[in-house]
Amino acid sequence: MRKCVLADKNALLAAMAAVSRLYVPVDGADKQAVFSEWKDGAVLSGKLNTNRSAKDFFFPQTENMMTFKMSGKKLEIFDTRREHEDFILFGVRACDVRSFTVLDNVFLSEPVDTYYANRRAHGTVVSLACNKPAETCFCRTFDIDAADPEGDVVCWEDSENIYLTAKTEKGEKLLAALENVTEACGDDAADGVKTLVNERLGKLPLAELKADKFGGGKTDAFFNDPAWDSLSEACIGCGTCTFVCSTCQCYDIKDFDTGHGIHRFRCWDSCMYSDFTMMAHGTNRPNHMQRFRQRFMHKLVYYPENNNGLFSCVGCGRCLSRCPISMNIVKVMKTLGGKEDA
Amino acid sequence: MQTVTKEMLIAKAAELLDNGSVTRVFGWQKGEFDYDVTPALFHSAAEMEKDFVWNDFCGANFSKYLIKDKGEGKVLVFLKPCDTYSFNQLLTEHRFDREKVYAVGIPCDGMADIRLIKEEAGEGVTGVDTEGDELVVHTLYDGDIRLNRGDFLAERCKVCKSKKHVAYDELMGDDGEIADSARFDEVAKLEAMSADERFAFWQNELSRCIRCNACRDVCPACSCEKCVFGNPKSGVENKAASDSFEEKMFHIIRAFHVAGRCTDCGECSRVCPQHIPLHLLNRKFIKDIDTFYGEYQAGAEVGSRAPLVDYTEGDIEPSKAVERGGANA
Repeated sequence: MRKCVLADKNALLAAMAAVSRLYVPVDGADKQAVFSEWKDGAVLSGKLNTNRSAKDFFFPQTENMMTFKMSGKKLEIFDTRREHEDFILFGVRACDVRSFTVLDNVFLSEPVDTYYANRRAHGTVVSLACNKPAETCFCRTFDIDAADPEGDVVCWEDSENIYLTAKTEKGEKLLAALENVTEACGDDAADGVKTLVNERLGKLPLAELKADKFGGGKTDAFFNDPAWDSLSEACIGCGTCTFVCSTCQCYDIKDFDTGHGIHRFRCWDSCMYSDFTMMAHGTNRPNHMQRFRQRFMHKLVYYPENNNGLFSCVGCGRCLSRCPISMNIVKVMKTLGGKEDA
Repeated sequence: MQTVTKEMLIAKAAELLDNGSVTRVFGWQKGEFDYDVTPALFHSAAEMEKDFVWNDFCGANFSKYLIKDKGEGKVLVFLKPCDTYSFNQLLTEHRFDREKVYAVGIPCDGMADIRLIKEEAGEGVTGVDTEGDELVVHTLYDGDIRLNRGDFLAERCKVCKSKKHVAYDELMGDDGEIADSARFDEVAKLEAMSADERFAFWQNELSRCIRCNACRDVCPACSCEKCVFGNPKSGVENKAASDSFEEKMFHIIRAFHVAGRCTDCGECSRVCPQHIPLHLLNRKFIKDIDTFYGEYQAGAEVGSRAPLVDYTEGDIEPSKAVERGGANA
């Protein structure tokens, strides 16, 4: 483990930025935290987490995948991909780091999504323990440790120092480049922070939320539950929860004729939208309750079924604070999971 | 502080359920904290005793839910003054059956904005109580913080246009007056900008849009069965903005579409997860309509013809509107 006094944090970040392009959470014009490219002297956001999740860096909301041009009977295909440059994400929280694993399982399994893989290979994730978890946090429900996050490099901050340790080869490479601005310290140096964070996590309002009634093989237990009707009743069918979600991974691909060639365009899609997965025969989820149910069944049952029990909710709490009608996965879990026979 | 209490509303609902006037009740359902309130349908006083809430976070407007509600018998809906304007506007557009609704008007002393509260008190807000003119904010790390309630009201409530109910079957408490609102002040500031400054302002705000469509989906004036932007056959469907033109297009088309029908309820800005002040677009249209055609408040009366869908000989010539815009047109 290495450390750097907080007073020298700017120098530490400068050293990271010297390695490759660095993104840090700062407060935007709307006073919400957003990952932005680091500039010398940048004031980092005091918010627990960014308004949008960090998945944007690996799975952007929109991208052009390729371009086609027709001239007579000749069809040319242009690969619009460029080799991504290396970048560092600093200050990613434990929940969002786990979300990358959730996305990896989808995009890096065969057939590999080379667009995602390209970005992922070039990104180094520097995580930061959550000294002040929020009332909407429930990462522990999904066995995520905000006191000891995953990541290429993991950081902890106390009132004096920032402590860093590498967890992967990428992380070791980055730490090696930071030797001039950090000094060695004992592996127990961050234990005080870990203890504090653990105490705080235990006292959160959602600390007792359990996911053990959900998981693979529970489709029959929950699919026809009458509670879906009342839970989905107030949902207005917008895509807020899916677009602020750090693990939602659905997208749509369309070809657009620009008049100067055809762009194959990919953008995020939302299972809340009425034309989601529209097929030749129509849609397989014609009503709103079915679309609503799909989102939560996917996170809590279908995804774990296909991914060795891993849930595809990371408890970041973004949907809790953003949903226009404050309906969310916690309320769904409490309603469905709170039943005796569940 | 709200003058009508939760207990009074439950008693009123119980009375109407008991005597068979209504079979169900639209009301606000409590969440994990005091401020994450969900609109819900209650079927008994017992359900309401358990979960119904009426506090400073009941901003959700039930008018639009009346379109979807297809239950048997009448539904009871509690309407704050601003909600009654949306209620009337939807009636004007024949979007729900008035005979199926029992509307109880309730006074409103403004709704608090949890975003503003969290900006001040920090994260970790586990609850908010109202004590007179103060909000007592319970936090995880800083104990209780007392805030002046008036400073933390939603923007739409700080410039409340009316405490008067324009529709109800029954009124609880006293009715208020139409206010001399300062709601166009922010619009005037935008108008005072140069065209380039104003363009930059909206470019910056709308660049944050994630196209979640929450503004559209919550809007009582956006009640099309199928939105052109969500219809794959329309040719203009888009699920995400691919460039800055598309970022603006959705919001500007939407503002045009609701012009003359928007009551300025402010739900669009309340629900925006990216904190875009969308209501300012609509207010600009309202202000222009007032200027060009004389003051008009959508939803003030059932059946009124909005200036944009009506013709009178005194209507402004289009060329005058262009002249007025001048270099900024």
